[in-house]
Amino acid sequence: MAAPKSNGATGPKSQAPARKKTVTRKAAMAPIFEGAEWDFTKVDNCFQAIEKIALEEMRLDVYPTQIEVITSEQMLDAYSSVGMPMMYNHWSFGKSFLRDETSYRKGFSGLAYEIVINSNPCICYIMEENSMTMQTLVMAHAAFGHNHFFKNNHLFQQWTDANAILEYLQFAKNYIAKCEERHGKKEVEKILDSAHALRDQGIDKFTRRQKLDIAAQRQRQIDREEYERSQYSELWRTLPETTKKNNEEIDAIERDLAQKLGLPESNLLYFLEKHSPILDSWQREILRIVRSLAQYFYPQRQTKLMNEGCACFVHYHIMNRLYDTGQITEGAMLEFIDFHTRVVAQPDFDTPYYNGINPYALGFAMMKDIERICENPTDEDREWFPDFAGNNKAIETLKEAWRNFRDESFILQYLSPHLIREFRLFNLHDDMTQSHFLVNAIHNEQGYRAVRSALAAQYSVANTDLDIQVAKVDLHGNRSMVLSHSMSHEIPLNEKQARMVVRHIHRLWGYDVSLNSIDPSGKVIKTYAEEKQS
Amino acid sequence: MHIIDRRLNPKGKSLSNRQRFMDRAKKQIKEAVDHAIKSRKISNTDGGERIKIPSDGLHEPRLVGDSKHGVRDRVLPGNKEFMAGDKIKRPPPQGGGQGGREASEDGEGEDSFQFTLTREEFLDIFFEDMALPDFVKKSIKEEVVHEYLRAGYKKQGSPSNLNLKLTMRNSLARRLCLRRPSDKDIADLEDKITALRARKRSTDKQKKELVALLEELEVLKRKRKVVPYIDPLDVRYTSFTEVEKPNSHAVMFCLMDVSGSMGEVHKELAKRFFMLLHLFLDRQYKKVDVVFIRHTHLASEVDEDTFFNSRETGGTIVSTALEVMQQVIIDRYPPADWNIYAAQASDGDNLNSDNAHCRKLLTEEILPICQYFAYVEVWDTHEAEMFSDDSNLTRLWQVYDEIRQTHENFAVKKVTKAADIFPVLHDLFAKNKETKDA
Repeated sequence: MAAPKSNGATGPKSQAPARKKTVTRKAAMAPIFEGAEWDFTKVDNCFQAIEKIALEEMRLDVYPTQIEVITSEQMLDAYSSVGMPMMYNHWSFGKSFLRDETSYRKGFSGLAYEIVINSNPCICYIMEENSMTMQTLVMAHAAFGHNHFFKNNHLFQQWTDANAILEYLQFAKNYIAKCEERHGKKEVEKILDSAHALRDQGIDKFTRRQKLDIAAQRQRQIDREEYERSQYSELWRTLPETTKKNNEEIDAIERDLAQKLGLPESNLLYFLEKHSPILDSWQREILRIVRSLAQYFYPQRQTKLMNEGCACFVHYHIMNRLYDTGQITEGAMLEFIDFHTRVVAQPDFDTPYYNGINPYALGFAMMKDIERICENPTDEDREWFPDFAGNNKAIETLKEAWRNFRDESFILQYLSPHLIREFRLFNLHDDMTQSHFLVNAIHNEQGYRAVRSALAAQYSVANTDLDIQVAKVDLHGNRSMVLSHSMSHEIPLNEKQARMVVRHIHRLWGYDVSLNSIDPSGKVIKTYAEEKQS
Repeated sequence: MHIIDRRLNPKGKSLSNRQRFMDRAKKQIKEAVDHAIKSRKISNTDGGERIKIPSDGLHEPRLVGDSKHGVRDRVLPGNKEFMAGDKIKRPPPQGGGQGGREASEDGEGEDSFQFTLTREEFLDIFFEDMALPDFVKKSIKEEVVHEYLRAGYKKQGSPSNLNLKLTMRNSLARRLCLRRPSDKDIADLEDKITALRARKRSTDKQKKELVALLEELEVLKRKRKVVPYIDPLDVRYTSFTEVEKPNSHAVMFCLMDVSGSMGEVHKELAKRFFMLLHLFLDRQYKKVDVVFIRHTHLASEVDEDTFFNSRETGGTIVSTALEVMQQVIIDRYPPADWNIYAAQASDGDNLNSDNAHCRKLLTEEILPICQYFAYVEVWDTHEAEMFSDDSNLTRLWQVYDEIRQTHENFAVKKVTKAADIFPVLHDLFAKNKETKDA
């Protein structure tokens, strides 16, 4: 472990440089703060002490940080705009605001201590109500843990653009406000409602992200698209057919067109934005905004466990180092441990508190477990993880994992039998047609692999997202659109919601829309359709 | 690293979203508000209202899997006794926490949405379909008397407010400090100069003195110019500030006939009317007292519960209520200090011989000191159908209608169903009351 270099400027207490390998709990430095009250100087000093550990000892790679102090009210505001510093206006955000506010006021739920935004600079909100210990923890957790993850994980690197997101949000907010001015709130609300209903189907899963551009570039792009659209659209071809075509020829044309339109297409919002016959350019742009933001959040959905695990590991490490070097008091440490223990608690499935697997708990446990395997492996670990067991490079190994994996693959790669035993994980096979659940794997030699792959599958995109595609668009007849839902695990769509969503798709497409649920053998199980009103 | 203190940023970033949500849920909220008002006490309009609305139309649908079908594998923590191959009986639907939670995840279990309206929002929605009557707005505005009170001094103002005493005091102090030569100093000097000049022959010494004195005079005169007698710095104006006169409280008399002929329907209608009136006055005045007077052939002041909930039998003599009201005014609400409003609800039955007395009481005693007196005749729908004819007016109505024609602050209206109440209140309080009743 590299000894911290004292360059005089960073450490608040540089007159007492950290000794090499501080083993004793003796205070090598004076504590940065005492008591619960915080002020800006203390926060600043603390940040520098944390930064020193994070950058010099752990060698984390982070965006520059911007700490913003906010009140609990502002925290509620931030909640309702999906945690972003600004957001366009829509009633659904008001709804979630009211819900959060009510449950907060009644005391059903507390507020998060911090919100961190994947942007460059990394914006990190901290609440004024927090004690100084909490501020320290929050900075270590968010400003370094999450921040490192955002900057380094390959999903975030590929799919999001931290440099442009704030500008893009500003653009989106202004654009939608302008649309409301020009076309009326009702009209804009309709489009947003429909677009929000398809938010989950607005993600490019296979192609690389497109850069979120700044407003000027966007304007040029809009103009260009508009021009192209006005010049030519396959949908609007009205030339009369000169000769009767036989079926094969028609098929060939259909195939050709499908290729031009990029069918099958799983990004419904994209497809509607590009090819809907009835939308105006501003409506297309709104679809685009909703789509871009859904895309921006896509990596967060896939890395919840790792992201929190990484942040918890980092804050745990840093807080302990601060304590070891005497920079925080025992009182602060106790407060931290109390809080930390509650955050990473995993209630058993049969307790009333059970609410699924706690990503903080499993994430943190896995990170600590990897550290253990690196530094203190058992024979079992050596057998399961020959690559890194006993390599004594815990932080490097973790950074490697944080960089290259997402929840699904991370579990598949790193969940150890040790941890499966510790969590006493078991797999419950739940076939709704049967009257019994079946326990088909538990934490024993025969079960480890099954439990591990079942847990990984629980986090896989294939399991969390439905496979829905635009299958066919009839361009020569009634312009109807056919969507297909490829069922997995015999799970049909929630009927009530599917009907409502199909209505929304119909609003955006303007002509008949039908959605077929298809089982793996290709049989249509159920069809939801919305016909054009006469 | 930057630390930015955002705590002073404008609050209420979500206000506009909240507003949008309310617009969206308008119908449901309106129903909830109407419902809430029914179960509320008249004077209890201070707080906001907790509103519970069904989530229809506020649901945001997504394409999700149906939680009631399919095959799933779930990994759970905390195994205690299970071995591979164990079968566990499926818990009955809705019974287990698992089932319930999943149901709400996909939206089906989401039954209603609860939140608190602020008082302003509540009243806005409540009065939404009833534009505030101009008459009331206007007269109440006039009611708010503004007074000018002395509030220290200021440096700017109109000449008429110039405070001479203070200005002169400042001027004197400044002149003293800056040693401005006084008139007397100059006069003395000039006397000396004249005296010196008056000499026919003067010595060199005297000539020199004369030159010196002239120079001194010159200096003094310049100094007087530089240090003016009154400088803009000295000027002070008396400052006045506008304050609302504390005369912003009102008393509202609710008079109701509680004789046997007034049924539940009548009372319900009357209650709603009183309630609206109270809300209405409450928005305008800082404090609104409510006095409940009920009458049969005898009248008495009672509390709200008794007012609405107990029923008496006996004849009907309306004037008794007016007498009680008059007495209460004399005892507790001197008209000089109180804005007096009265609303009377009755089914129109009155002892015939009493009508003349009523007229006399109203025109001579009560109306002159009242801001506004509204009479609402409540009929249930059945009665309204039977007596839809003009000739079937009650006697009381006839008498009151005559009074109305000569008194601007008196109004009469007929209410037959709950839906009438908003429009009736609106009509009653409209500025130029059309005489389209009856």
